[in-house]
Amino acid sequence: MAPRTNDPPIYRHRLPTRLWHWINALCLYVLFTSGLGIFNAHPRLYWGEYGANFDPAWLELGRFPGWLTLPSWYSLALSRHWHLLAAPIFIFALLLYMMTSLANGHFRRDIAFRREELRPAHIWQDIKDHARLRFPRGAAAMRYNVLQKGVYAKIIFLFLPVMILTGLAMSPGMDAAWPWLTQIWGGRQTARSVHFIAAWCLVALVAVHLLALLLAGPLGHIRAMITGWYRVPPARPDDTREKAGEKAA
Amino acid sequence: MSILITRRTLVTGAGLTAAGMLAGCDRLSRNESARELLFSAENFHRWAQRSLLARDALAREYRPDQISPFFRSNGTSNPNTEDYKALWRDGFAHWRLRIDGLVARPLSLSLAHLHALPHREQITRHDCVEGWSAIGKWRGVPLGLLLKGAGLSTRARYLVFHCADMGGPSGPYYESIDMVDAWHPQTILAFALNDRPLKVANGAPLRLRVERQLGYKQAKYLMRVEAVESLSQIYGGKGGYWEDVAGYDWYAGI
Repeated sequence: MAPRTNDPPIYRHRLPTRLWHWINALCLYVLFTSGLGIFNAHPRLYWGEYGANFDPAWLELGRFPGWLTLPSWYSLALSRHWHLLAAPIFIFALLLYMMTSLANGHFRRDIAFRREELRPAHIWQDIKDHARLRFPRGAAAMRYNVLQKGVYAKIIFLFLPVMILTGLAMSPGMDAAWPWLTQIWGGRQTARSVHFIAAWCLVALVAVHLLALLLAGPLGHIRAMITGWYRVPPARPDDTREKAGEKAA
Repeated sequence: MSILITRRTLVTGAGLTAAGMLAGCDRLSRNESARELLFSAENFHRWAQRSLLARDALAREYRPDQISPFFRSNGTSNPNTEDYKALWRDGFAHWRLRIDGLVARPLSLSLAHLHALPHREQITRHDCVEGWSAIGKWRGVPLGLLLKGAGLSTRARYLVFHCADMGGPSGPYYESIDMVDAWHPQTILAFALNDRPLKVANGAPLRLRVERQLGYKQAKYLMRVEAVESLSQIYGGKGGYWEDVAGYDWYAGI
């Protein structure tokens, strides 16, 4: 069913991007599942500096089931060991990726929004295309579309940094070193709540990412994220935008 | 059709991969060398925090109106041993804190004696490893003052805090800190919480406050402070009750 084409594949993802993608995916997986294990030790969330059993909680849950947590049995110590092992790897990988992507132009070229992409008409068209599962082909498929950029930008520049800053804020040692860590959130318990909310936002964004991958042709994209090379599906004969893009390219 | 199968296979495959990864991680959690790697992350965090942290950097102190309405207790809420009950019955008049080990002059201090020494008062946040926090106002004697009085040996690398309570069936509660935290200005032996003598639930008559670390370091029901060169000969050898029993990090600043 995947249209065969004789066009040569294009080099879509550079090595730093691919490396970071998989390291980050593995880290987020370990961090999320071990994070739920840690949450299980006190499944209540508060706003402000303090919060314990006799203070009002804004959210109170039962324990997350073993098939979601790392390890699958309840062990706060082991969940913390997993979490604290993955966290520095995740942070330094993100920092390195950000510096590399600034230097090699990945952010500017691939992630930064172009002025014309931000026109409401263009965004609306992209939403309609996604809703019809009409994924870009031809020259249009060689770039990220505006919704896709939005998801990536939110993950890289908003949610991952928020996870780091709220995570560090929960450490009493880091608080003594950098008191602003809790102050920017308005308290350690607020930071813990934001950490929890942002984690689930990330899960939602990753779900969107995986769904789009599945609908847009998973094998070609996974191969591209492993080898770097992507075979662009040819433009639909009836699509003038894709044709136009092809001419422009 | 073929793509449908591919997609279905992929979804199932992804689900199985996720489940398989968790099972794999579970197996790793039990593997000896993987555990060593997992447990070694603590060393990185201690090194990183100690590098960022000025030796005397203070934990944040709060205003009186930020104090938690109720400071919950955790772990042992009453040691309930015959010895402890005897001490409690006469208001800890016969309780003594021993300071010994690698010191020039071992000390034995009564509560009245501690009350007569210079105090420090601090409103700080207590962060439990479980995730909750409570803010309380502590009053007590700076540990450094007592160490000077006892003439701490330069060979001493750790202080072990022996407690009156059983942590559980595996043995008595104890904790330990190194010299960076031992001499820290906020490290005090506290006898009062929120302007009242410590309640039994909060560690009467005396508890440790190490404000840059998590709650399980704040040993309650103190009986003895022992200066040692190494932790390996003390109980399970990992430097604390929960460290020995459950594998908690010895460095609890994380």
